[in-house]
Amino acid sequence: MTDITALSALADPTRRRVFERLAEGPASVAEITRGLTVSQPAVSQHLKVLREAGLVTGTAKGASTIYRIDPAGLGPLRAWIDRFWDAQLEAFRKAAEAEEKKP
Amino acid sequence: MTTIAPAPVVKSVTVPCPPDRAFRLFTEGMGTWWLPSHSVAKSGQDKVVVEPASGGAWYEIGKEGVRCEWGRVLVWEPPGRLVLDWQLSAAFAFDPNLHTEVEVTFTPVGTGTRVRLEHRKLENYGAAAGQVAQVFDSENGWSALLGAFAQAV
Repeated sequence: MTDITALSALADPTRRRVFERLAEGPASVAEITRGLTVSQPAVSQHLKVLREAGLVTGTAKGASTIYRIDPAGLGPLRAWIDRFWDAQLEAFRKAAEAEEKKP
Repeated sequence: MTTIAPAPVVKSVTVPCPPDRAFRLFTEGMGTWWLPSHSVAKSGQDKVVVEPASGGAWYEIGKEGVRCEWGRVLVWEPPGRLVLDWQLSAAFAFDPNLHTEVEVTFTPVGTGTRVRLEHRKLENYGAAAGQVAQVFDSENGWSALLGAFAQAV
């Protein structure tokens, strides 16, 4: 499921740094690598995982690919929490109404 | 360090009782309204305890008497405000390294109360993913919960 992949993709510290670098703005693999202590192929591998997890997207620009954050990456989890509280607060409201009706 | 912070989840409902009673029902009475499909205890939920003090514990007691931690009480200000440290992972398992916040405010509206709930710091789910990743795949994990949730609503 997308939710699982998105969360586990960010568990790796290097991958999180790649993700955080992209949070500052779109960048190519070469640009991302410059700020890190890992090799370019390693960064490419991390980007592949992040892309599969739906956290980043890549668009071709000339000979290189520009990567950017997919803001919907944590979306499925957030959507789930949203529905979760909808249901809980509805249950709370019903309980409050039931209590008010008590003599 | 820059992190991507998902927008907090914000919800509100209006209930027909005054803030003090709404606050009491929300906290002391949590076990009476909490959906049983969202229980950590394997034996099913017996009660939910929100200790009435800042720094207090927040836990559930299962039908077999086992205590399961949910988090902590960060701010206890009856009848207006409550902030909980929600430490349950997306798979509904307690994770001591996970900290997200649930703030609930109770505002009088006529003879009733407007209850506003904000669940924030959701980006911390990303940082704690390593510990919970394996739970997602388990039988009682995310998928099972989603199934139960769909039936409940």
